[in-house]
Formats: sequence, C-alpha cells, structure tokens
Amino acid sequence: MVPAPIFPKGPAMNPQIVRLVLGRLGVALVTLLIVSFVVFAATQMLPGDVVEILLGQAATPEAVAALREAMHLNDPALLQYGRWLIGLAQGDLGMSYANNLPVAGMIGGRLANTLMLAAVTAAVAVPVALFLGITTAMHRGSVYDRIVTTGIVAVISVPEFMIATLAVLVFAVWLKWLPALSFANDVTSLAEMLRVFAMPVITLCCVISAQMIRMTRAAVIDALTMPYVEMALLKGASRRRMVMRHALPNAIGPIVNAVALSLSYLLGGVIIVETIFNYPGIAKLMVDAVATRDLPLIQTCAMIFCLGYLTLITLADIIAILSNPKLRK
Amino acid sequence: MHTKAFWPTPRRLGYHMNWVGMIAALVVCFWALVAVIGPMLSPYPPGEIVDFDYYGPISAKLWMGSDYLGRDIFSRVLMGARYTVGISLAAVCLACISGVVLGMTAAVVGGWLDTGLSRFLDALNSIPSKLFGLVMVAAIGSSIPVLIVLLGVIYTPGAYRFARALAVNINTMDFVTVARARGERTGYLVTREILPNITGPVLADLGLRFVFIVLLLSGLSFLGLGVQPPNADWGSLVRENIGGLPFGAPAVLMPSLAIASLTISVNLLIDNLPVKIRDRSE
Repeated sequence: MVPAPIFPKGPAMNPQIVRLVLGRLGVALVTLLIVSFVVFAATQMLPGDVVEILLGQAATPEAVAALREAMHLNDPALLQYGRWLIGLAQGDLGMSYANNLPVAGMIGGRLANTLMLAAVTAAVAVPVALFLGITTAMHRGSVYDRIVTTGIVAVISVPEFMIATLAVLVFAVWLKWLPALSFANDVTSLAEMLRVFAMPVITLCCVISAQMIRMTRAAVIDALTMPYVEMALLKGASRRRMVMRHALPNAIGPIVNAVALSLSYLLGGVIIVETIFNYPGIAKLMVDAVATRDLPLIQTCAMIFCLGYLTLITLADIIAILSNPKLRK
Repeated sequence: MHTKAFWPTPRRLGYHMNWVGMIAALVVCFWALVAVIGPMLSPYPPGEIVDFDYYGPISAKLWMGSDYLGRDIFSRVLMGARYTVGISLAAVCLACISGVVLGMTAAVVGGWLDTGLSRFLDALNSIPSKLFGLVMVAAIGSSIPVLIVLLGVIYTPGAYRFARALAVNINTMDFVTVARARGERTGYLVTREILPNITGPVLADLGLRFVFIVLLLSGLSFLGLGVQPPNADWGSLVRENIGGLPFGAPAVLMPSLAIASLTISVNLLIDNLPVKIRDRSE
C-alpha cells in the first residue's frame, strides 16, 4: 500500500477544496447582501421621519416635501436600496445628518484607530491564549487547569463593561499604575502610548482570550484522544514531545479556526471598551451616531462592522476546510 | 415515605444534585424572588434622595452606599432586578418559543421552507448581536416592549438552529415515520412526536440564552440605549454611576456584582443540573 502524501501533489489544488472554498465565499457574499438589506431596511423604513428630524423647527409642509424630493425619499424602497448599495460599493457613503460632513471623511481616521486597537489586542491576546490553552490541555484536571477554566467561565458570563470597570479599579484606583478614564489624543512618547493603550487592551484581551483559551484547549484535548498520540505515549515519548510533535500539528487547523472565531468577539467588546475609555474609534462614533439618530453614519459603521465580522467568520470556515485532512488527495 | 412533613427535596424525588448546582439554584431563586417582591423589601423608595453625600460608602444605614444623587443603591438594585430579570425572561421565552416552533416545523416539513428559513436566519445570525441592537434602537427608539421584542428577535436564529438540529435527528426515528404513515398532520407531528423528545436540551439552551440576553441587555443599558430613566436595570445603574469609578465607589461595583452573580449562577446551574439517581450512565 502506498501511504497517502501529507500535502497535495504539485501546485494544482484539490478541485473539491476549491469548490468548497468558492461555495463558502459565495455564501458569505449572499449573507452580506441580506445583512446590508436588513441594515438598510431597519434604518430607512422604520418610523421616525428623517426629513422632519433634519429640518427641526423649520419643518413646514412645503420644506418637508421639497427635501423629501431632493433626497429621493419618495422613490420605491427597492430603488433607494439599490442606489444606497451602489453608492456604498463606489465609496460614496453619503453625508452625515448631524453636521453635513461626508461620512467617509469622518470615518477614515477613526477606523485606523480602531484597527490599531484591534491589532495590538490580537498581538497580545493570541500568544497568551494559545499558551494557556495548550498548557491547560496538557495538564488537564490539574489545579492549574481548574483555576484557568473557572476563570474562563467567570469572564464569559459577565458583561464586558464589568471587566473594564474591574480593570480600572485594580490598575488605576488600587495600584495607581494607570490613568482611570481618560484618553489623551496627543500621544508624544512611547511610554505615554503604552499608558493610553494599556487599559482598553487589557479589557479586550480578557474578553477575547477567554473564548480562545476554551476553544484551543478543546482542540488540543480532542487531538490528544487520537490513537496515534496514545501510540507515541506507549513508545515512551515525554508528555511534552507527545503534545508538541504529535498532537499539536494536527490540531493547528481547529486552533487557527478558533483564533479567527474568537477575534470576531472583538466587535462586541470594542463597542463597550471604546465607550467606557472614551477611545476615538469607529465604535464610539457609532454609539454617538445612535444617540443623535445620524442614519447614514450608522449604516456605514454597521456595514463596516458586519464586513469585519463576516470576514473573520468566513476566514475561520475556510481555514477549517483547508486544514481538513480528509479533503487532501 | 411516611414522614410527618414531606418536603419534596430533590433526593426524595429521586434526583441527585451536587453542591455547586445547589448554591447556583439558590442564587437564581433568590433573584427570581427579588424580581417579584423586591420593592417590598427595599428600605427606601428607589427614587428618593436619602443621603447628602454622593457616591457614599457602605454603611449600616445604606447597605450598598449611595449613588451619584445620594439615592440608596441597595433599593435601586432590588428595583433593577425586576427590569433585568423580567425583560430578559420575557425575551428569552419569545426567542425560544419562536425559534423552537420554527425549527421543528422546518425539520418536519423540509424542502424549500427549511432551506429558505435556514439561510435567512443564518444571515441574521451573522450580524453581531450588540450591533443589531444598536441599529434597531437607533431606528425605533428604546422602550421596554421594544427591548423585549428586539432581544427576542436577535436570539431567535440561535434557538432555531439548535432546535432544528435536534428535531432533524428525532425526525428520522421510526415512531415519526409511523405517525406520518398513519397520516398525521404536521401540527400533530411537531407537538406530539418531536416536542416531548427535545424538551430537556431545549430548556438547557433556554438557560444559556437567558445569560446571553442578560449580558446584551446590560450592555445596551450601559451604552444608554436600553432601559431608559427614570426606570433603571442593573446595566443602567452601572452607567449612571460610572463617574464614581475613579473613587472606587460601591455604587458602580454593586450592580455589576448583581449581574455577575445572576449570570454565573445560571451558567453553573446548567452545568450541574440534577441527575436522576437511578441513571448512572452519565
């Protein structure tokens, strides 16, 4: 019998994998379309006349009618939706109701801030979570494992703002290491930047690493139950070698999948964290836009968030497909 | 058993429960009770200013300190239980009932109804829940009935997916085939054949979803988009007193602890549900 090669032969990929990946991308596109429709319908179709909000005191019937006409609000809903979607695809995000500035300009810098926060969080959380996930799986049932898993249940079942408030209490109020609830916009030195980023990053790391540790631990434990790992044990491999050489390479797929999925929890966390720490990011912008009912801004922010979320989920699925050894020829 | 006072403890009914589950159940029952009779227990009216000092410390007079206006936090937490537990419970029932009914129907009927419904609800599921809440509150504003329906709708796809997966398994069983061969209608199949066989897992799922809803409701209220003043749930209490955080005021900590105690207990209760003593398989 010829043993099956580990990697697909040559540059040509398995057509089944290509089909599955393309199918997944297609589903993601359709989902994005449905999501955009829901976002549009929710913000545009529901009660509360935009024009009257815009005109405020000056809302005479004539002015309302004229502005409705100018904003194409009398067109059929589907036409409006199509126009909005095409504008979105072309980068025309509309004008903010609150201050009549183009939405694209308002979002630009803020998006960079949020992405920066997310990147720093991921850079800190992923290695820590992987380390904890793998070591707890190695020492399953030990005191260390039980402490970590109990901590995870606690973190998962409390709201994000509670983790943020606890972080402030510990690091700012009791230890006095960091400033409490202020965000300095003019960051001059590296030390200052670290101080500013520390608290939001600590909070977000707690939120996302809890899920990541749990899923990584489950993936490694799953791999550890395989017969070939038992074989390695019977041959006298050390526990460390058994995990690192035998179990881990086969758990990489599920682990990367878990990392991508956990990063999607950043979204929920970032909304709370930016609000509580007054961080000038896109989530704070959106929460403020909700308070002023600034619909174009809300629509755009919502679409950016959904796009980010869908990208991560789709990425997780594609990694799961690519890493499935049953699909290798 | 012929004891004088027959008190139906779990053990007498043939169930075993470990102590973690016992404590968790006690905490959950405590908050359920507070949600019903809480205002009767409160030492002061929740809206009344009783202390000239704001963000006051814990004292014999004010068990949990005072808030940013000098109101008694203990009374306000008791009152807030009604909103947090009540809204979440109503929303979770709405989500699970609609999710389970749709899920079972989709599994039994199959075909295009199943495909279409699954696709649509999966798409809804891929909008992050907090974001969905934000967008909808921006569009329709926030009141308690709106919040209940909104939270219910947000968590319906999850309940649907869970119930459908269970129902698909039951649907292939012989007794369902027999019932179908007898010529029973969809309504009968769903209520008499499928539902009794998925009740247990569905109830556990209801508990988990309750936790998610409490967290989302608190999060929305914390952002100022949930329960509106003068009413306040636990999330709103944290929000209004967040100014006391730099001084470590108990007014911020206590409502957070209330949320944590409820959600952690529900989670632990689900993980340690009573098991039938005769059933040693698990």
